[in-house]
Amino acid sequence: MSAFSREQITQLSQSQSEPKWALEKRLEAFAAIENLPLPKLEKTNIDRWNFSQFQLHQVDATFSQPEQLPVEVNRLFLEDHSNILVQKNDAVVYQTQKALQQGVIFTSFANAFQQHETLLKKYLFQQETAHRISAIHQAFMQGGVFVYVPRNVTVELPLQTVFWLAGEEAAIFPHILVVAEENSRVEIVANFLDTDAGAALSNSVIETYVGQGAKVQIATVSQFGDSVVDVMDRFAQVGRDGDMEWIVADLSDGRIISKSTTNLEGAGGHVDVKSVAFGANEMRSNITSEIFHFGTHTTSDIQARSVMKDKATSILNSITKIEKGASKSDGQQTGKVLMLDPEARGDANPILLIDENDVTAGHAASVGRIDPLTLFYLMSRGISKNEASKLIIRGFLDTVIADIPSAALRASIHETIEGKFTS
Amino acid sequence: MSTPNLDIRDLQVSIEDKQILKGVNLSVNGGEIHAIMGPNGTGKSTLASALMGHPKYEVTGGSVTIDGEDLLEMEVDERARAGLFLAMQYPSEVSGVTNSDFLRSAINAKRGEGNEISLMKFIREMDKQMDVLEMDESFATRYLNEGFSGGEKKRNEILQMMMLKPRFSILDEIDSGLDIDALKIVAAGVNEMRSPERGVIIITHYQRLLNYIKPDFVHVFMQGRIVKSGGPELAERLEQEGYDWVKEELGIVDETVGHKV
Repeated sequence: MSAFSREQITQLSQSQSEPKWALEKRLEAFAAIENLPLPKLEKTNIDRWNFSQFQLHQVDATFSQPEQLPVEVNRLFLEDHSNILVQKNDAVVYQTQKALQQGVIFTSFANAFQQHETLLKKYLFQQETAHRISAIHQAFMQGGVFVYVPRNVTVELPLQTVFWLAGEEAAIFPHILVVAEENSRVEIVANFLDTDAGAALSNSVIETYVGQGAKVQIATVSQFGDSVVDVMDRFAQVGRDGDMEWIVADLSDGRIISKSTTNLEGAGGHVDVKSVAFGANEMRSNITSEIFHFGTHTTSDIQARSVMKDKATSILNSITKIEKGASKSDGQQTGKVLMLDPEARGDANPILLIDENDVTAGHAASVGRIDPLTLFYLMSRGISKNEASKLIIRGFLDTVIADIPSAALRASIHETIEGKFTS
Repeated sequence: MSTPNLDIRDLQVSIEDKQILKGVNLSVNGGEIHAIMGPNGTGKSTLASALMGHPKYEVTGGSVTIDGEDLLEMEVDERARAGLFLAMQYPSEVSGVTNSDFLRSAINAKRGEGNEISLMKFIREMDKQMDVLEMDESFATRYLNEGFSGGEKKRNEILQMMMLKPRFSILDEIDSGLDIDALKIVAAGVNEMRSPERGVIIITHYQRLLNYIKPDFVHVFMQGRIVKSGGPELAERLEQEGYDWVKEELGIVDETVGHKV
C-alpha cells in the first residue's frame, strides 16, 4: 500500500465530513494493512490477485434523469423507481427518494455522518478487520448507504442501490449498513457493475442488524468485467424470531471472493441464503455461505448453485455451525456445481459442524456435467442441443432464482446469464 | 402431405461393441398400429432407442427412412422435428424446468421462429389433453417428471405425444407399472391420436394393452430381430400360449440377444 499515505486517508475521511472516531478507525485499519495476512480460502490461491493497486477516481457529473444514465445502469432498476441511489466511483450521481415512512433512513454515508452520527457510532465498523482485505476496506471506505428502519415499520418498496465503477484502475469500497429494528421489514437490492474496461477493484462490505421479529432481504447482483477483482463480505446478526434472506448473484467475469456470514443470535431466528453464480472464460470464484446457530430453535437453509463455462472455476463452500446450546435448531444446505466445458472446474465443500445433540441438519453437494441422457430426452422432443442445454442450465439455477420475489430482478438475472451463455 | 411412412431395413445396432439388433425389417404407414412383442432381453427397447438416436447405441448397418428422408443421418432433435416421437420407459427428471415451459419449447422448436404458439392457445390445448389423461392441473407447473410416480411419468409421456402430434410414435413399454385404470386412460389417449396421418409402434411384453389399443399388425421379437409377423390374432395366441410355440416352430433355444444358437 506504499502508493497511499495517512494524509490521503485523512483527506478521504474529511471529504465525507466524518467525525474523529471514524477517521481513527480508518487510520487504525490503514496501519494494520501491511501486517495482516490475506484470508485463507479453500482451494483458491489469491496471492497474486490485485487488492492494493488502484486509483481513486473522482466524479463530478451527476444525473437528474434516469434516462441520462448509461443503459447498463438504467436497465438494473426494478419496475418501481421510488428509492434509488447510484454511486459512481466515490460519489452519489443519481438519487430518488419517495414516500418513505417517518423515521426510515436511506442515505449516503457522507450524509449519514452528518445527520445520524449516534446510530453510525453504534453500528459501523463493529466487525473486526480480520484480514488484509477487510482492513483495506475500512481504511478506504467510500460512500455506500445507510439504511435504518424503525420499529414496526414496513418499507413496502425495495430500496435500490447501484455501485458503478469506471475508469482505468478504478476502485470502489462501498459499505452498506442496514439496521432493522424490532418487527420492521425491508428489502434492499444492490447492483455492482463497471462500464469501462480496465477497472481494478471492488471491495465492499455489507453489515446487517436484524432486530427481534424483523425481516430483511438483501439481494446483491454483481456483474463486473474480467479486469476487476470483486470482493464482497456480507455479515448479518439476527435477533429473536428475526428473518434474514440473502440473495447472491455472482455474475462477474474476473476474480470473485463472495462471502456471507450470518449469526443467528436470538431464539427462533431464521436465515435463507440463495446463491447463484455463472462464470465464463477465465472467471475464478470462491463463494462461501456461512451460518452460526447460537439461539435455540434457529433455522437456516443454504441453496447454492454455480454454472461454469469455458475455463471458469467455482469453489462453493457451505458452512453450517450449530453451537452448544442452540438446541432444536435445524441447518440445511445444498451446493451444486454444473460444468459445461471440459476445462471448466468446480468444487462444492459442504461443512456441517455440530456441537449440540438436540438438532437436525442435512447437506447435499454435487459437482457434475450435463447428463447426456437428460439432453437426449429434451432433444427427442425436437429441442435443439443448444436450447436443451439452456433449459437444463436455467432449470438448474431456477431452483434458486425462482424464489427471488421480484419478477424484474429475476428477469434481469436471467438476461445476464443468457448473455454469458451465448457469448 | 403424402401418407407417412417409416421404413426400417436390415437395421443392425451395437452397444459397447456388442451387437443387439441383427437385421430388423419393418415398414409402418400412417394409420397403422404395429405391436412389437417379445420376452425380456430380446432387443425391443434397443430398437426404440436406436431409432430416436440414443447416444449409447451405435448403428452398424442397415437403413431407416422417414417419409423418404434418411433418419439415421439426423441429429436427435431433427428426428423429432421430422415427426418421430418416443414415449420412453424411463424419462429423465429435469429440475427447475416446468412441464408447461418444456412442452411449449418443444412445440415452438417444431413450429420455428416467428411462428410460435400463442400462450392462450397453448394453455387451452394443454388443459384439454390433460383432461383426457385425467391429470391434475398442478402437473403443468411441476418440474418435468421430478417426483412423478411411475404411472404419472407414463401419462406425462402420452401427454407430450398428444401435444406434439408426431407422425410416428413409438411407445416403449408404456404399459409397465400401470394399473388397469391408468392403462385404460393411456389407451384412450393413444386411440384419440389414431388417424391416417399417424403411425404407431407399440412395444410391450403383454397382450393386456392390446385389449384397449387394437393393433393392425403384430410382430414377435427374438434374438434382436422380428422372427414372426401376423395380425391381432397372433397377440391373442401369445397371450394364451406364451412364446414357447414360436421358439419351437423356428427352432430357437435361447431367444435373447446373447443367444448361442
